[in-house]
Amino acid sequence: MAFFSVQNISIRGISAAVPSKIEANIDYEYLSEKEKKLLIKTTGVEQKRRAPEGMTTSDLCFKAAQKLLFDLKWNPSEIEALIFVSQSSDYYLPATAIILQDRLNFPKSCMAFDIGLGCSGYIYGLSVLSSIMNTAGLSKALLMAGDVSTATCSREDKSTYPLFGDAGTVTALELNKKAKPITFSLYSDGSGHKAIMIPHGGLRNKASKNSFEKKEVSKGIVRADFNLALNGLDVFNFSIKEVPAALKDFMEKTKQKNEDFNYFVMHQANKLMNETIRKKVKFETEQVPYSISKYGNTSSASIPLTIVSELQNQVKNKEISILMTGFGVGLSWAVASLSLDKITCPEIIEL
Amino acid sequence: MNITKFILVLETEFEELEPGTLKPDTNFRDLDEWSSMHALIIIALIDTDFNVSITGEDLSNIETVSQLFDIVIERMK
Repeated sequence: MAFFSVQNISIRGISAAVPSKIEANIDYEYLSEKEKKLLIKTTGVEQKRRAPEGMTTSDLCFKAAQKLLFDLKWNPSEIEALIFVSQSSDYYLPATAIILQDRLNFPKSCMAFDIGLGCSGYIYGLSVLSSIMNTAGLSKALLMAGDVSTATCSREDKSTYPLFGDAGTVTALELNKKAKPITFSLYSDGSGHKAIMIPHGGLRNKASKNSFEKKEVSKGIVRADFNLALNGLDVFNFSIKEVPAALKDFMEKTKQKNEDFNYFVMHQANKLMNETIRKKVKFETEQVPYSISKYGNTSSASIPLTIVSELQNQVKNKEISILMTGFGVGLSWAVASLSLDKITCPEIIEL
Repeated sequence: MNITKFILVLETEFEELEPGTLKPDTNFRDLDEWSSMHALIIIALIDTDFNVSITGEDLSNIETVSQLFDIVIERMK
């Protein structure tokens, strides 16, 4: 099973960038006042950020990377690896990470590639990058994770549009012989691949004229096959079943207890779902930060964004231990434990 | 647990429902306030309070409060 620890890697900094445009769910025109109130109470999403036409995930990550490198006093020429985790790339091909390598003036000797994952992607990305760095002895590398999900959601789909927000994040990793291990547990279940998907645009269903035809799927859900489709109930059931089980298994294997962690940072999926998971694994409310009311569900950006938004003072000033979990599209889920020791963590950048 | 208690639990969760609105034969879909959000709330509530998993399919196969109660009792065994 994909359960392992990676030695010798420290996280030195985390930064995040979001579009400056705020959209509040209380202004969402496709729901009645009563429905809006229930939606906000249940999902926890009061507002989110929306990228204007033309702003990509890589634009957000680019700005977040520039800021983080500057604050860390890292020279672009030192970066030996760059991974971009996203499901909203600049182009069908080439990989966005390669474009970012050039844009950020990283050397040609820097390895760069994309990982196509969403809600679990931050932890997956960390596991891949830290493993490569430790094996190959790379000293400095960046993990970029984020999505512009609003571009693919139909505005007339109440089951997706009010939930998702846009963000890009960057995590700086460094080889450090004194680093505490980072432990990972990674899972997949492709039998649930239809629960969250954009059906058209890949090779299975190539983009065609009818990919853009909007249809009423059910009351309040109007979308095309080129839009994101979400089966909320299936995802909900999957999350409250598999995530607590994975967490319990992780705690048993690592012989850790809830009290061993300062914080338990979850992917910001939806408040009711996250709270159900929190109660099942018995973490105290004080241990579990939320940024979902301000930024919505930001896919692979949600864990680092929550750290920057809610734990900035803590991670800058002392050593804290974090348990984290990401879960969703794939279906794919992941758990990790790590420590952040006085990291560089600039204010959230607005674009 | 009996159905009266079960209804009380449901009504506490749905703040916008007047106490006494739910009866064993109440059809969920007939409630003015019913929406897909309530399905999520019911699934979460039953999972947390009774440690029983209810799927979206279960909910689409049933109509009334007493049918939901029967599923919960059956799965608690």
